[in-house]
Amino acid sequence: MVGDELEMKIQQPSLRERLGWFGLDRRDFLKLCGGGLLVCLTGAWGEAQESGRFREHALPDEIGAWIHIDENGQITVFTGKVEIGQNIRTSLAQLVAEELRVPFNEISMVMGDTDLTPWDMGTFGSRSTPTMGPQLRNMASAARQMLVETAARLWNVNPATLKAANGSVTNPRGGQSLTYGEITHGEKLTQVMPADPLLTPPKDWKIAGTPEPKVAGREFVNGKHEYPSDVARPGMMFGKVLRPSGFNANLISVDAGAAEKMTGVKVVRDGDFIGVAAPEAWTAEKAISAIQSKWNVPPQISNRELFDYLRNHPDTEDGARQDSTGSGRTAARAIDAEVKLEQHYTVEYIAHAPLEPRAAVAEWNGDKLTVWTGTQRPFGVRDELAETFRIPSSKVRVIMPDMGSGYGGKHSGECAVEAARLAKAAGKPVKLVWTREEEFTWAYFRPAGWIEIRSGATREGKLVAWECHNYNSGPSGISSPYNIENQVTQYHPAKSPLRQGSYRGLAATANHFARESHMDELAHQIGLDPLEFRMRNLTDPRLRAVFEAAAERFGWGRVKATAERGFGIAGGVEKGGYVATCAEVEVDPKSKTIKLRRIVEAWESGAIVNPNGLRNQIMGAVVQAIGGAMFEAIQFRDGRILNPHFAQYHVPRFSDTPEIDVVLVDRKDIPSAGAGEIGIVGLAPAIGNAVFSATGTRLRKMPMEL
Amino acid sequence: MGDVLLKVNGADFHVQAGDGESLLSVLRNRLQLTGTKYGCGEGQCGACTVIIDGRARRSCRTVAATIAGSITTVEGLEHNGNLSTVQQAFLDEEALQCGYCTSGMIMSATALLRDHVQPSDQEILQYMNGNICRCGSYPRILAAVKRASQRLAQGGGHGR
Repeated sequence: MVGDELEMKIQQPSLRERLGWFGLDRRDFLKLCGGGLLVCLTGAWGEAQESGRFREHALPDEIGAWIHIDENGQITVFTGKVEIGQNIRTSLAQLVAEELRVPFNEISMVMGDTDLTPWDMGTFGSRSTPTMGPQLRNMASAARQMLVETAARLWNVNPATLKAANGSVTNPRGGQSLTYGEITHGEKLTQVMPADPLLTPPKDWKIAGTPEPKVAGREFVNGKHEYPSDVARPGMMFGKVLRPSGFNANLISVDAGAAEKMTGVKVVRDGDFIGVAAPEAWTAEKAISAIQSKWNVPPQISNRELFDYLRNHPDTEDGARQDSTGSGRTAARAIDAEVKLEQHYTVEYIAHAPLEPRAAVAEWNGDKLTVWTGTQRPFGVRDELAETFRIPSSKVRVIMPDMGSGYGGKHSGECAVEAARLAKAAGKPVKLVWTREEEFTWAYFRPAGWIEIRSGATREGKLVAWECHNYNSGPSGISSPYNIENQVTQYHPAKSPLRQGSYRGLAATANHFARESHMDELAHQIGLDPLEFRMRNLTDPRLRAVFEAAAERFGWGRVKATAERGFGIAGGVEKGGYVATCAEVEVDPKSKTIKLRRIVEAWESGAIVNPNGLRNQIMGAVVQAIGGAMFEAIQFRDGRILNPHFAQYHVPRFSDTPEIDVVLVDRKDIPSAGAGEIGIVGLAPAIGNAVFSATGTRLRKMPMEL
Repeated sequence: MGDVLLKVNGADFHVQAGDGESLLSVLRNRLQLTGTKYGCGEGQCGACTVIIDGRARRSCRTVAATIAGSITTVEGLEHNGNLSTVQQAFLDEEALQCGYCTSGMIMSATALLRDHVQPSDQEILQYMNGNICRCGSYPRILAAVKRASQRLAQGGGHGR
């Protein structure tokens, strides 16, 4: 069972109810983040949206809600998905251009504007390509058919004799031709999508499937692109929020006298929320630092106790989620296997650290609120705002300019809410941009986790039992793709001491690290080549194909490891993405340092929509993975983050980046899956396995150190 | 608050700036030159890099009132609607994903190539190591810097 299915299976109706968009209040949202539940809901939501409906949000079947053709033939596409660097603005436009039969540059995309685009649950879970892709293809194909039929009526001919190409419908026999703009006269396309629109198969694609450059790329190299933190409004003030001195703190006392005396400064106090708005950013900074406050921070656990804490503090409200095949619960222990292995693995909390921190500009016009903000969930943030201010969602507009990324870290709307509170009190638009330290401290983290695996195999290298328990980090990718007669996988939600939530790949990174490290260890125990051992237990042809592609490009097995040089391999499948990663490392036995020399990653996710963007995504996933694998870890004690700066929290830099070779496998016969996330999962175990091949030392903790 | 004269992209600007206010804050919040980005405010990420008298500087750690020299921001690299060689190379290599680090990367690379038209891979890596790209476009950025270097070495394009 793949992760998405598992994620769907574990959903309980009561939880879904609680998470309904309009039923989800801020407190519950944070609580669910805290319990690690948010990370496991993408499957259910994705399925619901694919079926065309999520609770009261029926997706419109009217073509005009998605596509507009003006009288000059310019095409505007509307989608609630957002562009955050994954290049979906480009690849979705390619799919529409393909089905509509228009040149690519005639498409412009309106994205993530809650007043203009159909409702969307958010941009996460690698769902944009597999759900929004077909949705827009269907609409574009329906629009094309409608255009052909309209022209056929005008010319009184059989539509089957007409041709749609290059933005026009032509009648090859009669010699007539009309542009799309001449047919629609710019009027809204009120027709609805037919039950089964004809889609162009990927093997016939001419615009989709090509390496189209990023839309408006020029604006990103000349500084003109307007990110959320660049938005300015007439009369805009600048905001700052007073942060508690630790998590779960209570305000004891506050003195804002000095700030209130500053020219033009408005101090806003509402319970424990204290903020300022000032005519200039500089003054806002001065004003917030002039406020004296005392907080009571209760004693809280630190890194040192973390893993004991997670194992001993189950979140009983949610219960453990188990999946099993074969003889069930105690499979691995019950079977008297010839080769047995029992190990545990840990991953730390890590931060997304998007280079653009949370930012929002809020503007009230009467009772209507407009907020420009960086978020992966514009409609979710809209509802969060509506609830906070007790106004209907129809009175809130959230606009999401293409932002400085997110990696799963910008699902929540706290910055938008704060900016709107300040703007309401100040009576003027207010911009709020979180500092790096705020982003490191008051956002949420990728969950830490403790993972136990017990396994059994025959001396010939056949897996016979597998039992895996994940405490806190999540169920994504926990199920093994290898053929195992008896398998038990169990996710144990825990009461997370830190606020946690989605992160690129969710728990698949942790679960792949554990599984693929464990597989490597078993292979060595049996005396088999690690790739050979995997292949003996693997029938999934798509996963086999990426293992073979990566191994071939890497030259797997051609060079023998030495004490200074090691080679490792790992792979997996999740969310429809198949990945295999090979790593070559250099180890200095004296200084115990590990240097990455070369990475080969093979990737397959069905038909490739844009090989240029896909390559960028997979390479980026590998680079981002280096951080969690080698050095990223949030340090915390007594409710405080101890390393909330880039000087203390090491993210991958140029000097950490090895040669990276991405091998793309294009399967035009398979529907396109998303590719934003799962390229991240193979790197850490490939590195750990490479280090073992050189040193004989097995690394079971992320980040890995010798 | 005091009156400060700044030379930015070839023009003089008289601005009111706070005591100790950073050049980044002045550029973004007072001159609306938002191509220069805030990433950390601590000189650790390079998103705010500008060029002052030919040298790459972190505008978040530079006090506006102390600058006498000529400041170039990413908005000042285009000439007559033509991208600079480095900008064009970033576009050609599509050396970006979200693009938020791109201004700083381009300014650092521009300063590097101004002094060393043909830097070695190691020199590029060392010079650019203070610039963070969280999307992980580093291999393409290196390729873009090399592409620009080759173009400049052949006498094509313009450096600033």
